Amino acid sequence: MKHMPDRQEIPSCPEPDSVATGNVLPLLYEVRHAVQDLLDNGSETVIDLRAIPLGPGEEERIAETLGRGEVQARLSALGPSEIIETRFPGVWMCTHHNEDGEIIGRFIEVCLVPSLLCSQHEDIRDGLQALDDRLQE
Amino acid sequence: MANDQSIGEALRARGISRRGFLKFCAATASMMALPPSMVPGIARALEQARRPSVIWLSFQECTGCTESLTRSHSPTVEGLIFDTISLDYHHTLQAASGSAAEAARVTAMKENWGKYLLVVDGSVPVGNPGFSTIAGVSNMDMLLETAAGAAAIISVGSCAAFGGIPYAKPNPTGALPVSAFLSEYGKRIPNTFGADESGQTDPVDVTGKTVINVSGCPPIPVVITGVLAHFLTFDKLPELDDLGRPLAFYGKSIHDRCYRRPFYDKGLFANSFDDEGAKKGWCLYKLGCKGPTTYNACATTKWNGGTSFPIQSGHPCLGCSQPDFWDGGGFYNSLSTPTEKIARAAVFAAGAAAAVGVALGAANRAKQAHAAKQHEKVTINDLDKGT
Repeated sequence: MKHMPDRQEIPSCPEPDSVATGNVLPLLYEVRHAVQDLLDNGSETVIDLRAIPLGPGEEERIAETLGRGEVQARLSALGPSEIIETRFPGVWMCTHHNEDGEIIGRFIEVCLVPSLLCSQHEDIRDGLQALDDRLQE
Repeated sequence: MANDQSIGEALRARGISRRGFLKFCAATASMMALPPSMVPGIARALEQARRPSVIWLSFQECTGCTESLTRSHSPTVEGLIFDTISLDYHHTLQAASGSAAEAARVTAMKENWGKYLLVVDGSVPVGNPGFSTIAGVSNMDMLLETAAGAAAIISVGSCAAFGGIPYAKPNPTGALPVSAFLSEYGKRIPNTFGADESGQTDPVDVTGKTVINVSGCPPIPVVITGVLAHFLTFDKLPELDDLGRPLAFYGKSIHDRCYRRPFYDKGLFANSFDDEGAKKGWCLYKLGCKGPTTYNACATTKWNGGTSFPIQSGHPCLGCSQPDFWDGGGFYNSLSTPTEKIARAAVFAAGAAAAVGVALGAANRAKQAHAAKQHEKVTINDLDKGT
């Protein structure tokens, strides 16, 4: 099992530019607590980045700090979504776009795997029907 | 699409996968300012919710609210919600016109009496019924007869919510916000379209009907559809503030959620639009920002697909989601600036310091008289004088 980074190992945020809300560091600590909760209790956490006031560039600073890990998935449903595991295992950054490329939602998910990546029963049923149709052609 | 189709079925019929639906629900939860943990619950509720009939009436307005909602060309979350409702009447958007359009409204009312959602944009002129009519029916009559059978009434935009620009001094049309109009005129409305099987048509009282105010000039599109989504998801109205606005979107001031707030706290202000402070992104309070007294979701939801909002673009908040924002003094005067100069007020007060309030009132009346004078019609003779 991979070694989980502890508090001291979380890279410090880049120095704020001229505009800073002061919300970046508390949010990263919130992520840290969520990771601990996942390890201890198996509890999943979702943080909506749109619900927190962030200045220009701060969302990018959070993304930079969390970085990119081993898994990067791209989903095409109602526009593209990018789901990546950050350099901290169990911490996922999910960015949903519409078909114009505008961001419609951005979430940090602390879980084993975001549920959106799993195949969904309804789609599996439809897929089975489509496969049957194809085989009977 | 049939009205008895559920929203889940309607989306599925459009080829949207379950993953797409869950993504849609995640964005909807974010839009409704609900915690992400509620996404599975929202998905279950929206899947089963029936598509409601919606009647949209446009009165004294500029169509900016409809533009705000429909300007996107791609399937945004708000667009999808808007598409999943059964919009049975909207005279700007519908293909039918004249008597066919009015027949569609009457049919929708008869078929969905007591269940349809009524959306209104624009204020109601009571000065003269002829000031604003649709198919020969005054706005007053149309609103009363349609409100009588509505399950819920949503006032979209500051004109419908608070009177808006038509209501601004000197209010030449006698404009009223929807809620004030219904309270005053909605006592005994003839029940024209809601007769039950026995033909019973008792007059309807709509004075106590809750009106949800979705203010803004225009409102943020996701706030409009967020209210619709809330109604569809929970089958009840959202919690409202003392001005009838959904708390999820209007619960915090722009100032509280503004990323420039730390500069305000440190006393760092831009004094002009091109000084060092402006370039460094400091607080716009001194340039007239109404953020401290304005309640809306602009600072977090933002505009144009979450790209920016006025303050982020370097312009003060105008306070467009607050009542009477048009009459609140100059847009570029800071909140601490009195609406009338004290020196001018002192003239009216004739040296009596205790009477400054009276003096301001007198000054306002003088200003109103001046404004009324300015609204006098221009005659041919006036034009001749100018040449």
